Amino acid sequence: MTFETSEPAAPAADQPVVPVAPPPSPSVPATGAAVGRPPTSEVPLVEVEGLVKYYPIMGGFLRRHVGDVKAVDGVSFWVNRGEVLGLVGESGCGKSTLGKTLIQLTPPTAGLAKLDGEPIFGKKGKDLKKLRRRMQIIFQDPVGSLNPRMPISDIIGEGLLAQADAENRWGDRKVRDKRVGDYLDAVGLRRDYTRRYPHEFSGGQRQRIGIARALALSPDFLICDEPVSALDVSIQSQILNLLLDLRREFDLTYLFIAHNLSVVQYISDRVGVMYLGKLVELAEVEELYRRPRHPYSVALLSAVPDANPRVRKKRLVLTGDVPSPAAPPSGCHFHTRCWLYEQLGQPEVCTTADPEFRDIGDGHLVACHWAEKVPTAVVASAVPTAEVTTDTVAMPAAGIPAAPPIDAGPPTEEATASGT
Amino acid sequence: MTDQGPGADKNSNRQEVFISPTGAPMNVVQMAEGPQPQDFEVSLESLNQWQIAWRRFKRHRLAVVGTGIFGVMILLAIFGPIIWPYDRLALKPVTHSGGNPPGWMQNPRTLADPFGTDNGGRSVFILTVNGARLSMLIGIGTTVIAVTIGVVVGSFAGFFGGRIDGLLMRFVDFMLTIPFLFVILVMARFFGAGDPIVLTLIFGLLFWPGLARLVRALFLSLREQDFVQAARAVGVSDTRITFRHILPNALGPIIVSATLLVASAIVTEAFVSFLNFGLKATDLSWGNALASSQQYQIVGNWWWAFFPGMAIALTVTAINFMGDGLRDALDPRSRE
Repeated sequence: MTFETSEPAAPAADQPVVPVAPPPSPSVPATGAAVGRPPTSEVPLVEVEGLVKYYPIMGGFLRRHVGDVKAVDGVSFWVNRGEVLGLVGESGCGKSTLGKTLIQLTPPTAGLAKLDGEPIFGKKGKDLKKLRRRMQIIFQDPVGSLNPRMPISDIIGEGLLAQADAENRWGDRKVRDKRVGDYLDAVGLRRDYTRRYPHEFSGGQRQRIGIARALALSPDFLICDEPVSALDVSIQSQILNLLLDLRREFDLTYLFIAHNLSVVQYISDRVGVMYLGKLVELAEVEELYRRPRHPYSVALLSAVPDANPRVRKKRLVLTGDVPSPAAPPSGCHFHTRCWLYEQLGQPEVCTTADPEFRDIGDGHLVACHWAEKVPTAVVASAVPTAEVTTDTVAMPAAGIPAAPPIDAGPPTEEATASGT
Repeated sequence: MTDQGPGADKNSNRQEVFISPTGAPMNVVQMAEGPQPQDFEVSLESLNQWQIAWRRFKRHRLAVVGTGIFGVMILLAIFGPIIWPYDRLALKPVTHSGGNPPGWMQNPRTLADPFGTDNGGRSVFILTVNGARLSMLIGIGTTVIAVTIGVVVGSFAGFFGGRIDGLLMRFVDFMLTIPFLFVILVMARFFGAGDPIVLTLIFGLLFWPGLARLVRALFLSLREQDFVQAARAVGVSDTRITFRHILPNALGPIIVSATLLVASAIVTEAFVSFLNFGLKATDLSWGNALASSQQYQIVGNWWWAFFPGMAIALTVTAINFMGDGLRDALDPRSRE
C-alpha cells in the first residue's frame, strides 16, 4: 500500500463502493467531450468529466460505512491550452479537493480526466511519475508547503532528483543545481539563496520558492490552490503578476483556485463557480462578472465590495449556512438558499430535478433550471458592470443604465431583509 | 475594477495591481519594468533548524545545567570505576554496626569516606560511582531498544494507515494493558535473574508502546502536511518521503520522549532491584545499593541509602530538565 491508495478516513480494503465507471450525476451526459465545449475549438489541454470525490464517513460500532461527504459531486469542465481557468466558491465547496484529486494526491471516486488526451486517473508507478512532470501544484500556505528542515536547493531539486533519467541528467548534482538556480531566477529570487532554509524567507518569497519547485519539472499544467490567499495584500499582486509572466515565459496553463473574486477576475480568462461540490456556472470572465446567470453567482458577485464609494450596490444576502456536503439537498443543491427559487414561488422542479449543466449561448454554462429568468434588473443592481465602476463619475444623470437606486425591485427585498 | 480586459493583452503589460483590503483590485502604481524590490537581508549566516534549536536550548538555563549534570554522570559511569575501583573483598573493620558514617561528620577536614561506608567498611562513594555504570547502561540501553521498536512500529502504523494501523495499534493497546510491574517481576525471575542485559531487554520490550503511539500520531499529521503533498506531487518515492520529510520533522518530539525514557528506566531499575527482582545482589547499581542498605536503615545509617538515592534523583531531574529544554528548543512553533 502506498500514500496514493491509502485514505486516512477509511481502511482501504472496504472502501465504500461507488463504482468507478458511471458518473452518478444525471447532469453529466456520457459523451466523449466535456460538457458544453464548442466542438470547433482545438483539443483542450485538460478535460474533466463527471469527476466525483466522496470521503466515506465511518460510524457505528464496527465503523461501518454510514455515508459520504460529497466533496466533489460530478464536475465537468475543460481548460484550454494557455488559458487561466479560475475556480471560485465558498470554503468547503470542494474546489481544493477538486485540485488535489486532479493532481492525483487523492484518488477520485469516479470520473474521467484527460491531460492532452491522455487519461490522468488510474495510473501507477512509472506512468504516474511521468505524468507528474506534466502537471504540478502550488499550495496556499507558504509556511506549511516547504519542509522546514530542508535547504531551498533540496526543496526545489527534489522533484528533479526523483524524475532524473539518462536524458535530462538531473541526477547529476551540477546539472540539478544549475536548474534550481535558473528557476530561482525565473521566480525573482537570487540564485545564491539555495543553501538557505525556508524560515529565512518572507511569505511572498516562500510562495516564489513553491512556484519554482512546481516549475522546475517544466509542467504544462499548473494547479494553483489559493496561491495568494495567505499573503499580504501588497504581495498578492506581485505573485499574481509573477504567475502571469511565467505563463507567458513557460507556456503554462493554470487552474486557479481561489475564493477572492477580484483576484480571480484579474487573472482568469474563464471562471467557474462551485457550490457544494458542483460546478454551477462557467463562462468567460467578463461574461460571468457582467452577466452572471446562476442565482448563486449573482449573490456571490453582489458581495464583492467596490472600490468606488459612489457605487451603490444591492447586496443579495444569502440566508442560512451551506448545507452539509454529507447530505446535500435534493434536486438543485442551491434551492435551500436560492433567492430566485423564493421569487418564482418555489417551483417544484428545483427540489426534484438536478439541473443540467447547459450551454445558454457562447459557451456560457449554467446549472439552473431558471437561468433565463434571472431578472436583469437584479443582476444590474447587484453586479454593477465594469464600465460603470471604473467610470470616475458615476452620476445617475449621465444616463448610465447600471447602478440604479437601491430599491431595485421587490424580489431581493426579502433576501436582504432576512439577512440583516 | 480594472479597466483591462482578460485575454492575451494582459500578459504584455506588467501592472502593479493593488488588491484593496475590501478585495477589489485597483490600479495604484504603474511599476517600472525591472525586478521588484527585494526584501532586505537580515541574517548574515545561514542557520539550519538544528542550529536554531541549539541557540534556543542554550537560553534555557535549567536545561543547560541538567545537561551538564547528565554529562558528568555519564563521565562518572565511564571513568569512575577506573579511578575508584570497587573491590567487594576489601573489607575494613567498622566502628558502627552496619557501617561508618561519612568521614566529615567526625572531622570536617578529612576526605576519607565522604559518603560513609557500608556494613563491610566499603566506601559508599565508590559504591555509588560504580553503580552509575549499570544504572546508566540500563537507562540508555532501554531507551535505544524502546525507541527503535517504537519508531518502527509507529512509522508503519502511521505511514500505511488502514488495516496495518488498526492491527498494530490494537497490539499497542494490549501491551499497555499488561500490568507492567508484574511482567517485570515474573520475567526477571524467569530469564536468568540479575543479568543486566536481560533486564535491559525486558524494559525495552515493555517501554516502546507509548513511543509507538507518539510516532504514529506524528506520522498521521505530518503526512497530510503540504510539504509532503508537494513532494508526492513531484514524484518523490514513499521511502524518501519517510526519511527526508516525515522523520526529520518528527525527530524533535521523539528525542524529547527518549530523554524522559532514560529517566524512567533508571528509576524502574532502581525499584525493581530494590524489590530484589532486578540485578544480582553482587552487581553494583544504584537500585541495588538502596536494596542492600535497607536492612540497616533501622540502626540509623542514612548515608548508605541517601547518596545512591540522591544520585538517582539528581540524574533523573537533570534528564527531565534536559528533555524540557529540548522540547522547547525543537518546537518549530516557538521562534526565539
